[in-house]
Amino acid sequence: MIEMNRKGEVWVFAEQEAGHLSDVPLELLSKGRELADQLGVPLAAVLLGHKVRPLCATLAKHGADVVYLAEDSVLAQYQTTSYTRVVCDLITAYKPQICLFGATAMGRDLAPTVASAMKCGLTADCTDLQIGEHTDVQTKEHISNLLLQIRPAFGGNIIATIVNPHRWPQMATVREGVMRMSVAEAGRTGKTIAFPVSLAGVDLPTEVLDSQRRPKKVNLKGARIIVTGGAGVGNRDNFRLIWDLANILGGAVGGSRAAVDLGYVDHDHQVGQTGTTVRPALYICCGVSGAVQHRAGMQESAKILAINIDKDAPIFGIAHFGIVGDMNEVIPRMIKTIRSGAGLSDAVKSASKA
Amino acid sequence: MGYNCVVCVKQVPDTKRITGQAMRDDGTVNRAALPAIFNPEDLNALEEALHVRDQHGGTVTVIAMGLPAACDVLRDSLFRGADQAILITDRRAAASDTLATSYILSCAIRKLKPDLVFCGRQAIDGDTAQVGPQLAEKLGYTLVTYLEELTLDGQAACVRRNIGNGFEKVRSRLPALFTVMETANHPRPPALRKALKCKKARAPVEIAKAVEGALGSASAEAKAQETARRIAEMEAKGLLIAQWNLDDIEADLGWCGGAGSPTKVHRIQSIVLAGGDYKEFPPSDRGVAELIGELIQDHTIG
Repeated sequence: MIEMNRKGEVWVFAEQEAGHLSDVPLELLSKGRELADQLGVPLAAVLLGHKVRPLCATLAKHGADVVYLAEDSVLAQYQTTSYTRVVCDLITAYKPQICLFGATAMGRDLAPTVASAMKCGLTADCTDLQIGEHTDVQTKEHISNLLLQIRPAFGGNIIATIVNPHRWPQMATVREGVMRMSVAEAGRTGKTIAFPVSLAGVDLPTEVLDSQRRPKKVNLKGARIIVTGGAGVGNRDNFRLIWDLANILGGAVGGSRAAVDLGYVDHDHQVGQTGTTVRPALYICCGVSGAVQHRAGMQESAKILAINIDKDAPIFGIAHFGIVGDMNEVIPRMIKTIRSGAGLSDAVKSASKA
Repeated sequence: MGYNCVVCVKQVPDTKRITGQAMRDDGTVNRAALPAIFNPEDLNALEEALHVRDQHGGTVTVIAMGLPAACDVLRDSLFRGADQAILITDRRAAASDTLATSYILSCAIRKLKPDLVFCGRQAIDGDTAQVGPQLAEKLGYTLVTYLEELTLDGQAACVRRNIGNGFEKVRSRLPALFTVMETANHPRPPALRKALKCKKARAPVEIAKAVEGALGSASAEAKAQETARRIAEMEAKGLLIAQWNLDDIEADLGWCGGAGSPTKVHRIQSIVLAGGDYKEFPPSDRGVAELIGELIQDHTIG
């Protein structure tokens, strides 16, 4: 751990793969900018890799005042041991007060290892971060300007706010898609500090033999309307209706974890805690019971329409609109109504008269 | 050659099955009403270790940290084929966050010096996925997260890792700690023969409680004697679940429990599941038309 350092910077770990930044660091920079401005300290990005210097300009455009750049051929591929060593050396040298990581496969491997080595606290999967004060229940000690780390816990049934009062840096991971992406400012520049990597002679205990990644086929995060099917859809054929409704609305298709597990739809479509977190203008869920893990990934949607045959399904508890009925009948009616756009006003008129 | 394996398991409230009964009238979850279960991915971790023993020989020791009730998941592990079960229970370990928990587990595992440690990727009550990596760091073991496939050749492991948008194959030196995904395997069910044998397995804390119930009015000395007798009897039958406290594992109390936990809870709010402006439409043609009309009127669609 490091001592409390009120002048310490706010840091964002700039996750990159093969020279490409993922979305998460750019999302973290927008939240990090807010936190740093509130604390009156600089915002820095920490970039590790091999031949990744061109990314420094991108990070600066997205809000970083400083980029700590650690380049070495050993860092070309992410490995727990090498990355932990460099991040810990950086923290020890510059004593940041806050370190944020994306809650990605890499971030959820790296951040806990760094926290363990630094013997400091770490809060996983935060959905919000704020600066605030904390009074210790037992000692009554009052500390201001702490990082309030807000996350769902207990399967999403409670919201816990966690603080790391004494053993700094204050570390947190944030899931992809939870924070809004920062907007690049064309003229914005920052300072790059090259950090010497001291990995000579370090014998890494792992070796990457093969690595295969495929780009996501579905852009759920960018969709304005999402139509999601759950286990209640019943079978893969019925799931066709979900596609039909999404197509006519110009929306994307989502699946609950149960629907993915049952093979109705590919994992890329999964919405929820272990899938993608979304916040569309309209989220239509059909045959989705509304398990907390699913709700955690979609409850920020502006409007939620639930269609479910079970009137007691928890999903109705967070829906704005609901239809209790069989989706196999309701969806074709919706498609018919939307298609017959001309007759729509009449239908509504006659409905409102009744 | 055989491998000595340790599997870390946790008893958790079943947060996935929150139904009407577990919801209070005010819309918050009644945690006490949730059944306690074997953390799902810990079952995958156990299966992976049992598979290693089946293939190569060696032992499988299961460790749970928690209240005496955690003996249930330890017994379940014995039913499925674990060789030995250890309960770490100590009031001074209460309020441990992930860092303190991984420290306590590391003290216990250091006594066992296993070749391989298996953890579930994450537990469903906290979903942090932090204890596995932190435990590896404290033990100085090679960390390999998100294991989906494991092959061993003497001094190294070859692991296929599921990294969400693809996979990675890594070769790792031993000793190593793996966090196991639910996609790694299908956990074997409890075996009837083992269940019949091990259903009577008890930890000392459970035996003492049973004696307290049976000899409530007897002297403390008589109860202690009876407890010691029963513990010896269980041990002779090979049915004693080992029980360790923080002194047994030589843990530094400064790194355990609340004192050893850098994170503190600032506030807890219950999620209230009560939609403010919920509007229901009938599933008829007219209901659907009304709904579509409403969505068009507020420019949500159209």
